[in-house]
Amino acid sequence: MTQYGILVDYEWCSGCRACEVACQMEHNLPPERFGVVVTPVGPWQIEGERWQHAFVPTFTDECTLCARRTSAGKLPSCVHHCQAAVLTYGPVDELATRLAEKPRQLLVCPC
Amino acid sequence: MEDRGYTFVEHEKPLRYEEDGHTVTRGSAWTGPGCHLGCGVLLHTDEHGKLVKVEGDRENPFNHGRLCPRCLALPEVVNHEDRLTHPLKRARADRGKDAWERISWDEAYELIADTFLALRDEYGPECVTFWQGTGRDIAPWITRLAWSFGSPNYTVALSGTACYAPRIAGCRVSSGSFWLGDYSQQFADRYDNPQWRVPGMILIWGNNPVVSNSDGLYGHWVTDCMKRGSKIIVVDPKRTWLASKSEVFLQLRPGTDAALAMGMLNVMITEGIYDQDFVSRWCYGFDELAERVSTFTPERVEEITWVPADKVREAARAFAAADSAIVQWGVAVDMTKETLPAGQAISALFEITGNVDNPGGMIAPPSILYYAAGWGRELIPEEFRQEKKIGNDVYPLFKAAMGPASTDETINTLETGKPYKLRAGWLQTTNPLACTGPDPKRTLAALNTLEFIVVVDLFMTPTAMALADVVLPACTFPERDGIRVGDGVQRGESINKVTTIGECKSDMEINLELGKRFNADAWPWESVEDMFTFILKDTGMTFPELQEHAPAYLPFTYKKYEKGLMRADGQPGFETGTGRIELWSTLYSMVGLDPLPYFEEPVPGPVSTPDAYETYPLVLTTGARQVGLFHSEHRQVPHLRALHPDPIIEMHPTTAARFGLEEGDWAWVENERGRAKRRVRTTNALDPRVCSTDHAWWRPEAPAALEDGLFDLWNMNINQLITWTPGKSGLGSNYKTLLCRVYKVEEGEEQ
Repeated sequence: MTQYGILVDYEWCSGCRACEVACQMEHNLPPERFGVVVTPVGPWQIEGERWQHAFVPTFTDECTLCARRTSAGKLPSCVHHCQAAVLTYGPVDELATRLAEKPRQLLVCPC
Repeated sequence: MEDRGYTFVEHEKPLRYEEDGHTVTRGSAWTGPGCHLGCGVLLHTDEHGKLVKVEGDRENPFNHGRLCPRCLALPEVVNHEDRLTHPLKRARADRGKDAWERISWDEAYELIADTFLALRDEYGPECVTFWQGTGRDIAPWITRLAWSFGSPNYTVALSGTACYAPRIAGCRVSSGSFWLGDYSQQFADRYDNPQWRVPGMILIWGNNPVVSNSDGLYGHWVTDCMKRGSKIIVVDPKRTWLASKSEVFLQLRPGTDAALAMGMLNVMITEGIYDQDFVSRWCYGFDELAERVSTFTPERVEEITWVPADKVREAARAFAAADSAIVQWGVAVDMTKETLPAGQAISALFEITGNVDNPGGMIAPPSILYYAAGWGRELIPEEFRQEKKIGNDVYPLFKAAMGPASTDETINTLETGKPYKLRAGWLQTTNPLACTGPDPKRTLAALNTLEFIVVVDLFMTPTAMALADVVLPACTFPERDGIRVGDGVQRGESINKVTTIGECKSDMEINLELGKRFNADAWPWESVEDMFTFILKDTGMTFPELQEHAPAYLPFTYKKYEKGLMRADGQPGFETGTGRIELWSTLYSMVGLDPLPYFEEPVPGPVSTPDAYETYPLVLTTGARQVGLFHSEHRQVPHLRALHPDPIIEMHPTTAARFGLEEGDWAWVENERGRAKRRVRTTNALDPRVCSTDHAWWRPEAPAALEDGLFDLWNMNINQLITWTPGKSGLGSNYKTLLCRVYKVEEGEEQ
């Protein structure tokens, strides 16, 4: 069976947290439980004008990759709603090819 | 349906369809709750007609299916147990008490109409003041209500009309149009449109688009463009995430925007890197502008703004060198006291570089209804409007160019009864005590002088609890039909009713029904649907046709000023006295204002009030936008409040240490006028001399009655540090530039 995952281009994650709420609403999770959590990393100065300043989404054990949605031909809710369009859903081998194309990405298989 | 040159999007499914046991309805997400956009949404309702889910509509080119947390959590707003669901009244003697009586709509309308009409007969229509807020679909409907009643006194509930109006007024005065960044939002095929060009440079000035989504800008269009090659410059006291992705980050001292822009103009003019051809053909007053900015050398600007001189040069050169450039300016420009000259200097950056109605530059937005001018001004005699509108005698610019009354003068009038006594108030889509009004205790006392007050809102707000005699329950957008004629590039979008909550009515339905009782001739429509169809007449579509076919994109062309499309007489040029973009403003000169940009030190401030700076040693800027919250809304919505549960004050770690504070502490933020509680968040993003806080806080979970703290308002409201003090023009106010001290909340003072 094909393994699916999510490619996260965290270079462009703006920290808007749409993924968090999209997931909570899709799966009826209370505010303190998440399928995906956005974590700020920074800001701190590295050197001169270079700063560490990023947001990184982390997928939790509550993530089902929205099996019900994807079986109906829809995207996982976080991917659908991501405002910065940094989440891509697909077969892991295809995403792995794209992972090599640019830095500051993560490939995750939450389930 | 007639063809008027509109462009449409193909829909795979009909307006309404069934999916997974739900009915799904396509539409535009426009208010309430407040928002400045109108994203394409798919509203899911269950078999009982209850809104159960909201998804983004991927067919809609505005947002391409994306949504922010506020729309995603919308069912929690719409179905909230604390929604106002029927009209309420209360005896005037019980203002501030939780002592409401449920009444019918008929009784409410009768009470309001009888009271307003009796006051009109006895004192004249100007004795009723109409207040609006922001974000909720209101401008056409409240202006028509006020003008059809006969009152010139509609106003927005903040000092100096300091939200958007100064930028719009400044642009219209100097160029006859407003200007927006071109992110391809006017085209149905968006980034693929062959006429459009990726902006070379986006100068983000005083807003954080990926958080705020203001003024019709879907904030993530900025990142869309950056992925396609746009570079950015960020002007902000805080190192935002976008600032860390910028070519140049100009971390200025709050309130010194005019000096920074004049410094950039100085560099462009001194180095001759502006668009000399455009300036000679289309601008007026360039030599005077050059003379005015000549003293604003980068070194002098560094002293004023705290931005290094070399960065001023670098930003000016990068902006001027771009093939096309956007000035993405925000409310921070409005919320400094001398906003007009600041805005004039900032707009000169795109004007003298020829970024005017060009692909990937600044465009004149097409409109279905130019809502910013209100709807139905012909209903009120112009001579009467000019004579009676509050503030016209104090601020000639308001008389010459502004639709609303001066709110600052309205407060004075409420207190003094001069030039005449205001008797009744209509407050719709506004929560001035918690959100926009400076000095809320003064605002409360001033409004309390009114004999009769009506508030129209979604929830019981501090304003309604403290002041209203009648409260009317308004719809959220899934409960009502509508058209999206608001901020930004307008497009034909329909808001489509899918659910019903209690007896709520939409703002436009309320105004239509009440307007008929004030002035039936001004409201000839049988239903809101007929009223929308009337407004849509130039589109060739009726409202039901628009519902089926939306979104509908208006015909658009670039360089309208070359084609005679900007002026009423059809000649090339701009709709100004000189026919050119006026860098030296003939209108400002006529109304006694300085015709050129200038900088004034913000008061109070480290330079203007050094004694106060010793006592209050931090520069404070207010109004930092937070994900999930729209101004004073959303505090009672579980999944949104959880994103940002408490008001915060952000400061540098060394600043926190200097004042004995740690991350997560509750602190008082205080000046000589008052104080508010904030939770401390430390961050390297701020200069150690500057702190930043969010606005519009109240706690819906706290006791409601005025004597019990009015939803904890007096602990929460940062506007207690702010005064009703507009700029010389009557526009602008110092929401963004204060001084404060911070100290830990003592034991027993905690929440």
